[in-house]
Amino acid sequence: MVTKLKIDGVKCIYCGGCTSVCPVTALTLKEIYIDIDQDTCTQCNACVKFCPVDAISLVQIEGQK
Amino acid sequence: MSGETRDVLGHYMEQQLRKHEPWDVIVVGAGPGGSIAARDCARQGLKTLVIDKRQELGTPVRCGEGLGQVWIKIAGLEYDPSWCLQEMRGAAITLHNGEEIVIETENRGYIIERKEFEKRLAEHAIAEGATYIVKTLVNGVIMDEQGCVAGIKCKNMEGEFEVKAKLVIAADGVDSQIARFAGIRTHVPVTEVDTGFQYYMTNMKIKHPNLIHLFIGNDVAPRGYVWIFPKADDKANVGIGITGWHEKTPKWYLDKFINEHPEYFENASIAELNGGCCPVTNPIKKPYAAGLLVVGDAAHMVNAIHGGGIGNAMEAGRIAATVAKEAVEANDFSEGFLKLYNDRFLEIRGNQLNRVVKVRKFFEKLSDADIESLHSFFKGKENDVLTFSEGDKLKTFASLFARNPRLAVIAAKTLLTG
Ligand SMILES: Cc1cc2nc3c(=O)[nH]c(=O)nc-3n(C[C@H](O)[C@H](O)[C@H](O)COP(=O)(O)OP(=O)(O)OC[C@H]3O[C@@H](n4cnc5c(N)ncnc54)[C@H](O)[C@@H]3O)c2cc1C
Ligand code: SF4
Ligand code: SF4
Repeated sequence: MVTKLKIDGVKCIYCGGCTSVCPVTALTLKEIYIDIDQDTCTQCNACVKFCPVDAISLVQIEGQK
Repeated sequence: MSGETRDVLGHYMEQQLRKHEPWDVIVVGAGPGGSIAARDCARQGLKTLVIDKRQELGTPVRCGEGLGQVWIKIAGLEYDPSWCLQEMRGAAITLHNGEEIVIETENRGYIIERKEFEKRLAEHAIAEGATYIVKTLVNGVIMDEQGCVAGIKCKNMEGEFEVKAKLVIAADGVDSQIARFAGIRTHVPVTEVDTGFQYYMTNMKIKHPNLIHLFIGNDVAPRGYVWIFPKADDKANVGIGITGWHEKTPKWYLDKFINEHPEYFENASIAELNGGCCPVTNPIKKPYAAGLLVVGDAAHMVNAIHGGGIGNAMEAGRIAATVAKEAVEANDFSEGFLKLYNDRFLEIRGNQLNRVVKVRKFFEKLSDADIESLHSFFKGKENDVLTFSEGDKLKTFASLFARNPRLAVIAAKTLLTG
């Protein structure tokens, strides 16, 4: 089991807010989608709390390291 | 297939990037801050390149689109019907108990069309000689041996490039990364950002088509407000900004508001949806580094009470351009020289923005009942609300509020600090 940050592309309105609250610059707004650097992300939850449309979550993925 | 790569895309964007390399100035971001800086740089004869990651300037909109006429003047712009839509003559503020306070003001404003506005600003800058490139993401800065920013790294459909410049102006908005690449911390704690969500709606019934409408109250918008900014008699940006984390999203609160107000929305419908983030905190302490100036939202130059930042970004862009010209003339891009930018910004606007943060902290501590008693102090002097929210005469207001013991304590802890 491994925890990863996931963005729901159906919900995301590419407002860019998550990138500005991320303390470690793991998120980049690339025009109309968010690029996640999973290795840099510390899973601090700031972006999850910020998102105005609840598009971000930390999810458990099975069978992956 | 052999390993040969086909050259099918052409190189026009790359040619443009190289046109005057090394550039005097590279501006990252063609929002209001960046394009005004670029216009002024180019007008003063500096070789100026502007790079934006978006493929169409002005979209997606992340803004309520309210702009005071004073800012239009400060930015050196003129009324333009292509982007100045509905004239605003003040505000109607509705408290949680339904009481409405109408403030008419001499300082008029417009609800603007940002999709047009940002294109016009780019056109002005290009007419002055600036070069623009779009759909190009800046993903790093070049640092020289002395640790001075000496250009940018970017990426687009034609490839990856390094482009040299004497000075970089980071006007890359709230999702700013350029300053971070140069070692300046620009991320905002999640407790100090407004998270915003907005619909553009048409076929509404707008009570006061020439006033901005604000609705406050903890059930309406916790630590924030709902706004209706009319773009025409029956069309408006209907949005919400709330601060910090709450059980429900801003979209949830806005949807509730719309359902509870059929008098505005009964026959209305959504023609656009957007959202965004406003830093509602102090401007960053050091919006410069060797070879770099940081402008606008990227440096948190936003009014912490209402979240407006278009005007501040443009004003900072103008200050940055004058310092850019002086730096090029002196051939000095050191931190010591560029500090001039922050000194001037603080004097012209920054100190005021810092005072506004105090007013914000004051408001954040108020309950709905406190807001009502606060209202009694402003009865018949509604214009004072504006003075107060601009961070002026804080001591005078604090002693006025001292007549109410609870407000006195809150004022002492917020308005009268440091
Ligand atoms: C919901 C909401 C409502 C608002 N309402 C108002 C309002 O009514 N009135 C008001 O005055 N202000 C309002 N604001 C604030 C206002 O939108 C900003 O203050 C203003 O846009 C700041 O301008 P700027 O030039 O600093 O940055 P921006 O307008 O954000 O421009 C930044 C530009 O940089 C580009 N960019 C970013 N990163 C890169 C990169 N790595 N490479 C290349 N390009 C890049 C972006 O594509 C963008 O074009 C609102 C904000 C929000 C979120
Ligand atoms: S904060 Fe949410 S909606 Fe905004 S860009 Fe990030 S994931 Fe998308
Ligand atoms: S969880 Fe924290 S570290 Fe990870 S992307 Fe979100 S804000 Fe950044």
